[in-house]
Amino acid sequence: MAEIKKLVTMLKELDDQLVNCMKCGMCQAVCPIFKRTGREADVTRGKLALVEGLAGEILKDADGVNEALNRCLLCGTCQANCPSGVQVVDIFLKARAIMTGYFGLSPAKKLIFRRLLAHPGLFNLLTGMASKFQGMFIKPADQIIGSSCARFNAPVVGDRHFKGLAQKPLRKIVSSLDEPAGKSGLRVAFFPGCVVDKMYPDVGTASLKALRHHGVGVFLPSGQACCGIPALSSGDRATFESLVRQNLAKFRAGQFDYLLTPCATCTSTIKELWPTMYKGADADVQALKELAEKTMDISQFLVDVIGVDVQAASSKAPKVTYHDPCHLKNSLGVTAQPRKVLKANPAYQFVEMAEAGVCCGCGGSFNINHYEMSKAIGTRKAENVIASGADVAATSCPACMMQLTDMLSRQGKGVRVKHVIECYAEMISSAD
Amino acid sequence: MSANAALIKEFETLLGKENVLTSETDLHSYSYDAAVLDSKTPALVLRPTNSEALGKAVALCNENELKITVRGAGTNLSGGTIPHPGGVVILTNALNKILEINEQDLYARVQPGVVTAQFAAEVASRGLFYPPDPGSQAVSTLGGNVAENAGGLRGLKYGVTKDYVMGVDFFDVDGQLVKSGSRTVKCVTGYNLTGLMVASEGTLGVFESITLKLIPPVPAAKSMMAVFPSMNAAADTVAAIIAAKIVPATLELMDNFTIRTVENFRKAGLPVDAEALLLIEVDGHPAQVAEEAEKVEAICKANKATSVTVAQDAAQRDKVWQARRDALPALAKLRPTCVLEDATVPRSKIPAMIDALGAISKKYDLTIGTFGHAGDGNLHPTILTDKRDTHEWERVEKAIDEIFEKALGLGGTLSGEHGIGMAKSKYLAKETSKATLEYSRKMKSVLDPKGILNPGKIIGW
Repeated sequence: MAEIKKLVTMLKELDDQLVNCMKCGMCQAVCPIFKRTGREADVTRGKLALVEGLAGEILKDADGVNEALNRCLLCGTCQANCPSGVQVVDIFLKARAIMTGYFGLSPAKKLIFRRLLAHPGLFNLLTGMASKFQGMFIKPADQIIGSSCARFNAPVVGDRHFKGLAQKPLRKIVSSLDEPAGKSGLRVAFFPGCVVDKMYPDVGTASLKALRHHGVGVFLPSGQACCGIPALSSGDRATFESLVRQNLAKFRAGQFDYLLTPCATCTSTIKELWPTMYKGADADVQALKELAEKTMDISQFLVDVIGVDVQAASSKAPKVTYHDPCHLKNSLGVTAQPRKVLKANPAYQFVEMAEAGVCCGCGGSFNINHYEMSKAIGTRKAENVIASGADVAATSCPACMMQLTDMLSRQGKGVRVKHVIECYAEMISSAD
Repeated sequence: MSANAALIKEFETLLGKENVLTSETDLHSYSYDAAVLDSKTPALVLRPTNSEALGKAVALCNENELKITVRGAGTNLSGGTIPHPGGVVILTNALNKILEINEQDLYARVQPGVVTAQFAAEVASRGLFYPPDPGSQAVSTLGGNVAENAGGLRGLKYGVTKDYVMGVDFFDVDGQLVKSGSRTVKCVTGYNLTGLMVASEGTLGVFESITLKLIPPVPAAKSMMAVFPSMNAAADTVAAIIAAKIVPATLELMDNFTIRTVENFRKAGLPVDAEALLLIEVDGHPAQVAEEAEKVEAICKANKATSVTVAQDAAQRDKVWQARRDALPALAKLRPTCVLEDATVPRSKIPAMIDALGAISKKYDLTIGTFGHAGDGNLHPTILTDKRDTHEWERVEKAIDEIFEKALGLGGTLSGEHGIGMAKSKYLAKETSKATLEYSRKMKSVLDPKGILNPGKIIGW
């Protein structure tokens, strides 16, 4: 088969990275999927061996290898704990791109990524329309949490408990901003990300409120595109590159000290994947590198730059716990700052939950393709949240918020899900 | 005979369809372990979820002459869990129940697939202590630990896995349950089959359950780091500590190359000019710990240590052990392939062995970093290479031969804790005798007449 030869040739390019895995198997201790199944093909060492086997023509079942590669949350926990420093996420993203090049993108993904995601205007228009009609298809599941579930047996949605699309997306509340630096002397660019824009606009307004409170000028260009991670993790590099290009054009137009996002996934994508995975003009790559250096999670900015500090909380205050998003903890090593931001609001008592740093099981499209596994991992997370006694589960990633909402809503204990910045902004008076 | 469709059906009825793995990807993912050896693809992977099914699966394999390799976490460093091509891999990771922790009689009973660190943590939560701590304990299984007689950092004072195995119940090739050992401290009933099972690497039986000894936890510990201008000074210190009748819980050594590599990796302020570092921990009753720590410090200084830093709190203690934990990861990052050996010599011969390793590294133009358990003579010369470089790999193989020759020449042994497996079976007669090998083969041929239990391991073919 001529075609499989081509796949093999492309996979061989990964050889220099694959060979670094010494097969010690320590990834078994931390992989959330392996913990559920105990199958070697589900843990990093096994997947790397499979890609190696395919590249070395020991294996023939490219479908099977592709399937194994997709049974991964890309949470990066294995990479963060790998004794040999194998760049697992990088290898998996490249391998998925190669596989997608070989197998082609599924028709549904092609439609979503190339027709929708790559055209932010159309994407906004459609989700905007959908937000108006969704009441016909979904019913409330938990009044306290504000989650919903499908009225009918709808594909993709399944029996998920989810936060519906916002009636008014962030871009309709604040279409664009171009403020000068405030009393802090700082001016930041703000990248809310798709999920915040379309599902959690309150996270966006809370972020802007906090920045204004600290005298930080905001540059928020309209028409921002998705950060590209859904396309990239499905191996669609063309869409990824188109999205990066669109965003770069928007942010190049402004002067700012930092680029902030309230989304752990967007932060790590912009910081780590934009400069390394984008294959365009040198000047673009250089600009992406500079942008990446300025990019920061919003809690990290508040603590490390603004100097927000811990306040003593009343013992009667409601309890809040924190779930570490993989993209902040494993990719960027940011764990202390979001906790400090939560402790900065005396209206909450902070409690640590067990296994706070373990993945919630969302993993982007993993949640769609492997919902049962995602649910099993997420249920454990929800149980840990509940065991901590928290009234609020806070996190720094809107995708984790979706998963936590689904999992906690099912438990029916009335634990709310909030973004760290929402908890923080609650103490800022609205006159601010 | 290979596994045909009818036989696969039979296994599926016995174990459940989801526990019989036959896809190409599943089979390939059980074709290797952590040893740097060629992979071998099995024909079938079985994952029994209870001991009855395990016994029946073993019997069914024997009836059909299917070669079995039992596998826990696959962290084996001597190829003991690399399957026979076309054979069967039996996974134990679904047999992961702690059956009993007896706080009155200080023992525990476990299924073979229990993960070592999880077991140790569970035991600790009951106020008891299970000392064996192999480097892979976060993932390795107790069944694997017993089958390989795994060691660890605490070997010097607390011994290794074999010192904690009170009994092993195992299936013979016919799937009959053989019981050995007991729950009592003393037991001389019949042949010491428990002893026979320890380090048997899956060649004599398939473990069903293991009885492990527990001990009271240690109330206090003190760690220190001593810096030496020469390997000889460090080795003299080791001998002097033991001669002073002090047995530290841990007594670890790092050579200059490893120190520099770790420092480059962590930037924790290690002395890069030092020829050797000793990382020492004494433990026991607080008063004894204080006294022994003082004595050890004095002995280090009397033996030319240029500095001795005693950890004053948990953070400093952790810093001492972080340096040791970093040794392998730091070395592993230097080159693509990392061959971790465990040549072991009487501790008085450590300087001679270190000298020999230096000469071997020079002779074959290879990078070798050495660290390990100085207190028990168990060294880990770590060869950093790239297996794809065939010329260099040839030199690596020759160097390994020479390392073992040297270790044996110094009155040492082929393996301190990794086992013989496939990697070192060719040297076995050299350390023991032709008669030993023949005796072992005779025994194996009677207990396993069809030769289905992990063929090719320890005693070769």
